[in-house]
Amino acid sequence: MLLDYTSSFHYVLALLPEVVLSVWGMGILVAGVSRKQQGGSGQELGWVAVAGLAFAALANGWLYFGVAEEAATAMIALDRFRFFANWTFLLGAGFAIIISLPYVARQKLQAGEYYSLILFAVVGMMFMASARDLMVIFLGLELMSIGVYALAGFNRRDRRSAEAGLKYFLLGAFASGFLLFGIALVYGATGSANIEVVADAVRNGTAVDALMAPGVALLAIGFAFKVSAVPFHMWTPDVYEGAPTPVTAFMAASVKAAAFMAFLRVFLVGLDGVYDQWWTILWWIAAVTMVVGNVVAVVQSDVKRMLAYSSIAHGGYLLVALVAGNDVAAAGVLFYLLVYTIMTIGAFAIVVTVGNQSERRSRIEDYTGFGWQRPLLGLLMTVFLLSLAGFPGTAGFIAKYYLLLGAAEAGLWVLAVILVLTTVVSYWYYLRVAWYMWMKEPTGADGPGAAAVTPLATHIVLVIGVALVILGGLFPGAALDLAAASVDGLRQAVGAAAAPAGP
Amino acid sequence: MTDILFILFAVVAVGGAIGVVIGRSPVASLLFMVATLASVAGIYVLFEAHFLAAIQVLVYAGAIMVLFLFVIMLLNLGHDYRADLRYGSWSLLSLVVVGLTAGVLMQGFSGDLEADLLENGAAAAAAIDAAVIEKGAVGVIADPLFTDYVVAFELIGLLLLVAIVAAVVLAKPREAGKD
Repeated sequence: MLLDYTSSFHYVLALLPEVVLSVWGMGILVAGVSRKQQGGSGQELGWVAVAGLAFAALANGWLYFGVAEEAATAMIALDRFRFFANWTFLLGAGFAIIISLPYVARQKLQAGEYYSLILFAVVGMMFMASARDLMVIFLGLELMSIGVYALAGFNRRDRRSAEAGLKYFLLGAFASGFLLFGIALVYGATGSANIEVVADAVRNGTAVDALMAPGVALLAIGFAFKVSAVPFHMWTPDVYEGAPTPVTAFMAASVKAAAFMAFLRVFLVGLDGVYDQWWTILWWIAAVTMVVGNVVAVVQSDVKRMLAYSSIAHGGYLLVALVAGNDVAAAGVLFYLLVYTIMTIGAFAIVVTVGNQSERRSRIEDYTGFGWQRPLLGLLMTVFLLSLAGFPGTAGFIAKYYLLLGAAEAGLWVLAVILVLTTVVSYWYYLRVAWYMWMKEPTGADGPGAAAVTPLATHIVLVIGVALVILGGLFPGAALDLAAASVDGLRQAVGAAAAPAGP
Repeated sequence: MTDILFILFAVVAVGGAIGVVIGRSPVASLLFMVATLASVAGIYVLFEAHFLAAIQVLVYAGAIMVLFLFVIMLLNLGHDYRADLRYGSWSLLSLVVVGLTAGVLMQGFSGDLEADLLENGAAAAAAIDAAVIEKGAVGVIADPLFTDYVVAFELIGLLLLVAIVAAVVLAKPREAGKD
């Protein structure tokens, strides 16, 4: 089907996944309010939300296979990059909702609002990845962020959750200000907020340099905040620790993925022509992020906090690919984000289980002997940890390998070496959890596994996750081809970036 | 004359913005903000964007600020707070950062920015003038809002809905979560 945007109905078709999900979210909101009198756990609302995600994924598939556009004039791109990104977000949100089901029920959270906010946040993410206009990126970012601010502070009876929500809100709003100022300056420099028009203006030299340079710097700062790169990472550990654990999983995986998708499109498509201006900044941010994220993660004694620093470190690896700025690296970022989403949510799902669907027992000592008490869960956690560390045979290894390939093609040898060395450091803190699980005797009868309740649905999600991680590690061909096809043509309008030499 | 008015409005706008941050009482901060928004409206008038200036006064300086004032008074937040900002080395650090940023910006803005902008802006200004004559001052804003920018416009609607839901979730009395 060929879409032309003279008909507004075609706009709706081009936005079908987003429309489906928005309507679904509103429906759940209403259902949640009308259900409230009867009590109950709200699990059925969660399953309805998962069904909504499935329908959005189908709509996304229809757009992928059956639709083309007449002219690329809309504010929303209809390219494969968007569809790959959408699938990543939908998968992450689906996993996050399913691991939330027992948590929401046990903590007696307001199910209707909880699940609809997740759906709305996903709509925001999808707009961020699909925007062809900086304005839509900003609006999508705010839509996602406002939903997640509320989710982080969702557990009103938990003091730390409230603190996390407020902290995230204040610093997130601050970062949004940087981003918006950057967008305004880029608009002033080029006369348009359309990413491709910006790219043209930058390449032809018609952009006003005096406005462009600070604009690019502010955009970089704004995005660095959102992907929690060092030195803009201060909020991450506290927010990740305080937020309800399933929400932390969602934040660490999908929110970060969305920020990276928008980062990638703005910098590699829109600002490609001023590559010389921004790559040094991002080079340093990437290097510092990898080192600080991994080194600080080593000394954490709280698993949730350790995973927060690990997510910072993964952000550093992804920034390496952004600095490399070639198609191999861009495809690597997409594949990495997909794998990272699965393994991060998987690891957090086990943290929720050990914490017995609450915020307790997240210290590393609480994992003592968990593997022997719950062998299946222990095994799954071990696979997720190995994949996060990038152990050969897991998808995490392949993903990291492709980031390195991109860095090598761009000649970023110093960053590649830092990536490998910090990965070696990361083995220590990932394997320490595995060591506690398998190599230490459980302390007494009330070990971590004794009280842990895990419903069948969580088990199924975890097994699927592990299967995907191992499949991606052994036979990555199909997913890699899909990722490569998704970035193919993304930057076609724009000339290839000059390969940097590295400082 | 225009230059003098611009400098006046600009000084009030920037001074008001600084006042918002360092004002001790929320009400004082709010009034500083009104001053900033009103002088920005004045700058719009100097740009001959009269409709935008009127909307700025009506919506921001008028409606939204009154709403803020209402909230502050209703929640009885109007009294002074002791400063909870950390001074000393932190303020020194922030001064250095502000100075560096200003230096970078100054470096960018010096030189031929004005000529550059005039050259690039002349065509755009002519286009805007032609559009204003054709569609009127309101049409120039309203027309693109519902055609070119319709996606962004609808997205703002969704954004406001989510903001309301988020605010209700966080502001509900704590007992409500126990049902």
